[in-house]
Amino acid sequence: MQQMGNPYLNIAIFGVFVLITLFIVVRVATRGDKSAAAFYAGGRSFDGRQNGMAIAGDYLSAASFLGIAGAVAIYGYDGLLYSIGFLVAWLVALLLVAEPLRNTGKYTMADVLSFRMRQRPVRTAAATSTLAVSFFYLLAQMAGAGGLVALLLGLTDKTQQAIVIALVGVLMIVYVLVGGMKGTTWVQIIKAVLLIIGAGVMTIMVLAHYGFNLSSLLGAAVQASPDGVKVVQPMLQYGKDPLSFVSLSIALIFGAAGLPHVLMRFYTVPTAKEARRSVSWAIGLIGAFYLFTLILGYGAAVYVGKDAILAAPGGVNAAAPALAFKLGGEVLLGLIAGVAFATILAVVAGLTITASASFAHDIYNSVLKDGKASPEKEVRVARITVVVIGIVSIIGGIAANGQNIAFLVSLAFAIAASANLPSILYSLYWKRFNTRGSVWSIYGGLVSAVVLITFSPVVSGLKTSMFPAVNFAWFPLTNPALISVPLGFFLGWLGTVTSKEFNAAKQAEMEVRSMTGAGAEKAVAH
Amino acid sequence: MSSTTEPTNPDDPERHLPPHHNPLPELTGEHGSQINQADFERVHTSPEFAELRTNFRSFAFPMTLAFLVWYFLYVQLSTYAQGFMSIPLFGYLNVGLVMGLGQFVTTFGITWLYVRHANRTLDPLAAQLRDELEGDSHAANG
Repeated sequence: MQQMGNPYLNIAIFGVFVLITLFIVVRVATRGDKSAAAFYAGGRSFDGRQNGMAIAGDYLSAASFLGIAGAVAIYGYDGLLYSIGFLVAWLVALLLVAEPLRNTGKYTMADVLSFRMRQRPVRTAAATSTLAVSFFYLLAQMAGAGGLVALLLGLTDKTQQAIVIALVGVLMIVYVLVGGMKGTTWVQIIKAVLLIIGAGVMTIMVLAHYGFNLSSLLGAAVQASPDGVKVVQPMLQYGKDPLSFVSLSIALIFGAAGLPHVLMRFYTVPTAKEARRSVSWAIGLIGAFYLFTLILGYGAAVYVGKDAILAAPGGVNAAAPALAFKLGGEVLLGLIAGVAFATILAVVAGLTITASASFAHDIYNSVLKDGKASPEKEVRVARITVVVIGIVSIIGGIAANGQNIAFLVSLAFAIAASANLPSILYSLYWKRFNTRGSVWSIYGGLVSAVVLITFSPVVSGLKTSMFPAVNFAWFPLTNPALISVPLGFFLGWLGTVTSKEFNAAKQAEMEVRSMTGAGAEKAVAH
Repeated sequence: MSSTTEPTNPDDPERHLPPHHNPLPELTGEHGSQINQADFERVHTSPEFAELRTNFRSFAFPMTLAFLVWYFLYVQLSTYAQGFMSIPLFGYLNVGLVMGLGQFVTTFGITWLYVRHANRTLDPLAAQLRDELEGDSHAANG
């Protein structure tokens, strides 16, 4: 099967999306308001429902839309297993992270982590891990853009794909520079609505064929699959290496609440209550979406078939677009393709603004300028950083084109779970926690996750590795979280108990602020 | 940027950044940045704050433990008890798929329970302490 549908129609639909979003970004851009709160946090003007939609838009990346639908189509049950980790993880954010984070920080994760610690070391550590997570996640999205182009526009030439990756990067820079967090948020909201409606319509079309009886659809998938009844049973994909899956599940469930671009979204709402509403909306939307992907995946297994999906240019990622083509022809395929592009744009814009905020607010101002740079100067630095990150991610995306996207995403989750979450939870809930504990936990989690991944089979030793020709793998699992997450928690404890430092006054202030929102809530306008 | 009365700690000047690095002063106008350290410490030791913290923790911590146990039980059974998870229940829906869909149900359910608990129990307590810290004019606005 070569490229599907009509590439010109796909390009036209994508072009319409770009024009509409650019128009909205320009419209909402807060002209004249050059404040840091406007650029980083959209003036904290979003309500919980809007922010919940934006979170869903930020979180449901191309990897989860195309990747999970594809995983269900090929491996059945194991694709569902994967998506459940992504969903349940949100309970960590809801119960433990979102509200206190909103109350004790301003723009970045480092604001919270450094609240009662020595600023310089903790901010440097937190910004380093923020940049690392954002970088791997950005690479995944940009590399995904290349694969998507191959599938949908028939551009199989690497140079043409590189041009499209560069175009995505330039668009992202424009969105973020012009619209700041407000523009980025609206792009994410529009994308989330389109994505969920698109997936919902396809789900209804599939289910309608089976009288809305899930068991009938599963039966058809079992009939159609060369693996037979195994597609509704566990371990078709992970059977050879179950421990790696356990490790991945740890990364997923502890990673979501440590993703800096997700955490930063909590600063766009005026109160902790709205942060809570944001998460409950996000959980509803993300949960519904993963239920849709389950149906779409099994639908693709029936309508398209495992062999045809694997033979398509995008491989596993082709399942959802190929199903759209079967169900609704060129038009539906074009719409789904447009949504998938929109997904990449929205996610890269969110990552870019997070990374630039972390660099300008934490590294440039707090560490290099000792906090003396004015907010205007800080925002100017953030804008320059946006351009730099854009260029770096274009180059990185072109270099990573063809890499396994799911691997890059799971690496970002593993770092977030190992380096960020232990420190966040300790800062909020362990009174005694201190600077050394925080720094050890962040660097320990970050370094162990990266080192273990480097020496794992995903990088070398297997035919599917990044460097198949060499073998320097000694770590057997494909995900480091089983080791690196407990290590992050352990080092946080060890660093804390070996240091006498403790600031009781700041601890009391942080705990009162985190629980009550005192001094952090936007006064209601008259 | 409004001025601030953040107290200085002579032991460690590095802790104290300029006013615009405190949480959200630009939105709190004259209220937020006026809260002084002694008030935070007084509230921190008050029985009302202890009640708020207990109400929060006694819900959030056991619930976190519960969903983590339930999730990892599901993952472990899926990885190491394939035979059990493959037992058919309704047509092609087997134990594993039903448990997997159950994860969605429990996630939605816990979200609903927590939001209800926070709205009913936590928010009034938090608002009372916040108003006390920020002064009455804020309460009148809100």
